[in-house]
Amino acid sequence: MIRIENLTKTFGRNTVVDNLSFNVERGEVLGFLGPNGAGKSTTMRMITGFLPPTFGRVSVGGHYVVSEPLAAKRLIGYLPESAASYGDMTVNGFLSFVAELRGISGDARKRAVNRVVDLCFLENVLYQSIDTLSKGYRHRTCLAQALIHDPEVLIMDEPTDGLDPNQKHEVRNLIREMGKTKAVIFSTHILEEVDAACTRAIIIDRGRIVANGTPGELKAMSEAAGAVTLAARGVDAALVANKLGELPDVARCEAIPAAGPDAVRAYPRDKTAAPLLARAVIEMAERENWRIEQLRTEEGQLDEVFRKLTLPDTVKK
Amino acid sequence: MNPQSLANIWAIAKRETVSYFGSPVAYVFLVIFLLLTGFFTFTVGNFFERGEASLASFFTWHPWLYLVLVPAVGMRLWSEERRSGTIELLLTMPVNAWEAIFGKFLASWFFLAIGLALTFPVVLTVNWLGDPDNGQIFTGYLGSFFLAGAYLSIAGLTSALTRNQVVAFILAVVVCLFLILAGFNPVTDMLTRWANPAVIETVAAFSVMTHFDGFQKGVIDSRDLLFFLSVTGFALFATALVIRNRRS
Repeated sequence: MIRIENLTKTFGRNTVVDNLSFNVERGEVLGFLGPNGAGKSTTMRMITGFLPPTFGRVSVGGHYVVSEPLAAKRLIGYLPESAASYGDMTVNGFLSFVAELRGISGDARKRAVNRVVDLCFLENVLYQSIDTLSKGYRHRTCLAQALIHDPEVLIMDEPTDGLDPNQKHEVRNLIREMGKTKAVIFSTHILEEVDAACTRAIIIDRGRIVANGTPGELKAMSEAAGAVTLAARGVDAALVANKLGELPDVARCEAIPAAGPDAVRAYPRDKTAAPLLARAVIEMAERENWRIEQLRTEEGQLDEVFRKLTLPDTVKK
Repeated sequence: MNPQSLANIWAIAKRETVSYFGSPVAYVFLVIFLLLTGFFTFTVGNFFERGEASLASFFTWHPWLYLVLVPAVGMRLWSEERRSGTIELLLTMPVNAWEAIFGKFLASWFFLAIGLALTFPVVLTVNWLGDPDNGQIFTGYLGSFFLAGAYLSIAGLTSALTRNQVVAFILAVVVCLFLILAGFNPVTDMLTRWANPAVIETVAAFSVMTHFDGFQKGVIDSRDLLFFLSVTGFALFATALVIRNRRS
């Protein structure tokens, strides 16, 4: 649905988006991650046709955004970063206006407005002017306008920003639901959202893609991925670490006080052999008669991967 | 023009008009405009002392009144969209930029037309007191309407240049002031002392005053009409270029 080829944007001498290429198909929810200023919003603005690319091109549903902007824009629903809306209008007036621009008329317009009002829980504020609403409602009003024409492509810049935890949960569910039939791209700073809503995630840093994969694949890039954490009651962490270190599959061991007073983590020599490592650790525990309190194989942590990939080189060392 | 374009222009113009009347700006503008036209016509313009059944003392002031009031109406057209970020929403809709520009322009022009229409008591007054040439009054109104449109398109252009309404206002006033002074008799008379009359005449041809006067004499000269329409058209076209090139 969305094809991005060598997309580049420079402002003066500053390259904000640097040769990005990726595709998003129907049924995919792509999480777009990156530190502030990495070029996420600029990329989204180029996909939606707000900014022209310096180089490269974007097509949506087979229509190039630069040469056939109207055909491409018809397919897209867009929630901009600022979640801007006309403050002097009522929620109902604003949504009707957007529906009108989307070419929805008559009864269909009423139905479209009702549908997104239900979807985004706006019944209570339908006739209030947008200026008087709380941030969460304003945000959801703008989300509602993005959904009003039931778009095939949904682009959302930080859709959960400024929402309370319940609303965040609702919006994530909504995104996941939408993702079944649409091509969705959303940006976020909140890494749990990747797990909660994405089928795939891209991490960009200084305009370049530094990682592209399913949430599982990204987590596997973490150092802790595949490691086994073990806590045994009454057994000193140093002793456990020593013993586990004797196993042939274990590269190194360390105490993890954050996971418990006696918790020890064993890192595998080979990440793909993680299941074997767990079995070896259990056998060791049985031989030594340790009473296991905790035992788990680490999936890896996204925030660790994120930091590893996006911190400036000087900070990494 | 296809029906979807018309529908888009209509939707945008309607939204803009409603938003004018939803804000105090509209009412402040209308009241001030009517008070000032009344004041200038009857007090400064010596409407009664002239002893003639015409609205000359009414229309003479319009270029000067509009100089301040029209930029005040036009300054928010685009800078407000830019400041609040709604421009991103508007330009990612399946709408051509020129449709948005035209829709917004029509809405604010319509608003100015309402202000102008509300001066009807002065027409009734002059008809009650004497026997004026109503054809001349009609062309006077027509000239005033086109003048407002030209100023408005310039204010829309300066508004597209900046997110700051005050800057947009001042720029518009300066440009409009130039368009007045280039053909304002006291200024052109002064310039004749050291400049070639042909040059002055060329510059004066760019002035709204030269073309506004024709309408006040009861003549609809196609050159005057063409002048106002081309100033308006040029400013709207330039607005489109600015919007296209300054989206972020």
